[in-house]
Amino acid sequence: VSGEINRVIIVGGGQAGGEAALRLRHGGFKGEITIVGEEREPPYQRPPLSKTYMSGELSMERLLLRPAEVYGEDDVRLLLHRRATWIDRTRKRVQLDGGQELAYDALILATGSRARALPVPGADLPGVHLLRTAADVDAIRARMKPGAEMVVIGGGYIGLEAAASARKLGLNVTVVEAAIRPLARVTSPEVSGFFLDQHTAHGVRFVLAAQAAVIKGEEQVRAVGLADGTELAADLVVVGVGIAPEQGLAERAGLNVNDGILVDRTMRTSDPAIFAIGDCAKRPLVHYGGRMARLESVHNALEGAKIAAALILGQTPPVEEVPWFWSDQYDLKLQIAGMFQGYDHFVVRGSMEEKAFAMFYLREGRLIAVDAVNRPAEYLGGKALIQKGASPSPAALADVTIPMKTLMAG
Amino acid sequence: MPKVTYIEHNGKEHVIDVPVGQTVMEGATKHAVPGIDADCGGACACATCHVYVDAAWLEKTGKPSGMEQSMLDFAADVEPNSRLSCQIKVTAELDGLVVKLPSSQH
Repeated sequence: VSGEINRVIIVGGGQAGGEAALRLRHGGFKGEITIVGEEREPPYQRPPLSKTYMSGELSMERLLLRPAEVYGEDDVRLLLHRRATWIDRTRKRVQLDGGQELAYDALILATGSRARALPVPGADLPGVHLLRTAADVDAIRARMKPGAEMVVIGGGYIGLEAAASARKLGLNVTVVEAAIRPLARVTSPEVSGFFLDQHTAHGVRFVLAAQAAVIKGEEQVRAVGLADGTELAADLVVVGVGIAPEQGLAERAGLNVNDGILVDRTMRTSDPAIFAIGDCAKRPLVHYGGRMARLESVHNALEGAKIAAALILGQTPPVEEVPWFWSDQYDLKLQIAGMFQGYDHFVVRGSMEEKAFAMFYLREGRLIAVDAVNRPAEYLGGKALIQKGASPSPAALADVTIPMKTLMAG
Repeated sequence: MPKVTYIEHNGKEHVIDVPVGQTVMEGATKHAVPGIDADCGGACACATCHVYVDAAWLEKTGKPSGMEQSMLDFAADVEPNSRLSCQIKVTAELDGLVVKLPSSQH
């Protein structure tokens, strides 16, 4: 970004966009800040949608990152339920639906991602829902009656969290997963097996290595037909088959995209006046040799916002953290640090039977990731070890009598 | 509505009305009190909402759970009155609560 920056436009009203506005204003930015968001709500937390918001424990008021009136107090203009349709990079203007144009000196794209739809006949029947927004979950909740049959398509974190929430509310749940195990994309076979067992013990049925071929019903969903002809009764279908980055706006503006808007370490796109942060951005992972990745996480949303805001303010950006994630299912708190892809060795610490263990992943001796279930010390200690590129001894990692703090000092 | 006083490391005070049922963390994040990051939004997953509970209030706020204590062990500058503010639910009894914030959450 060159020249004086008086006007910042943030396209996207999710957690990344909201955080960017807050960081700018509370970091001393005196100019105009505008957030353009497609949803009706001010920025809110997405992680609880499949967890405590779905189970009814968390209200919308508590889901909001900040109350709507605080944006006014901060002199941040919120344009909600509005869509940005075009970026004119030459004139530095964003066009909104309805034709209104807004000028910017710096533009932050925090457009997020959209849930992938299920490409099968009947996927548009009432009772078939994606799970991405609060509005999606409000619609799902209206059908979550005790004893109802819910089919979850996709056994990733979102699908499994929805399954756990639904069991809590007394629904019968079947998870249909295309791979031979749940969580196949995000963890090891051992940890997948643990979660499969836990869900089975809570009464969730699994149909693995199976494809949904058709959704059946007349007025509304009645059943899910699988490719092998099996039919699963369904009063409610929740589709959790991954997300795709919202990169259309960037692409039409001629920015470099490739399964995400490409940015450098400072979250700058191929246009130095435009940043991309959060789910929509594909950024270099500095702890993993700079390989480019799209991270679907709160950590990534917040960190991108902090970096972009610091750059606009002319301040030093924060040091990148090792990517981190979490998932809550039943009485299990899963905390994840690092990226497990490409591990050549793993070490278990603790006990799967007692539902308190950590799985450490190493590559050529270096710790690259940890999945910790009800083991916060292993998560935090592991994260610190990964951050400094440590190669802890596998025997010591497995030995629960050696505190994580000792391993960190070693 | 119960009032909670947050005192930044530099001594600056913020008095916030926090609805019963919300957490001490939410009172701070929803009003952008500097010094509480609360990255995970209150899921007890990140240990970036560390506070020191004023001695007069320690009995009423109770003790950290095992999970919380394990997370606290890895926070910077931990004291016996350290808590994760996402794990302190505000009740009518906590009206007037005072918490101090550490110099950094990382």
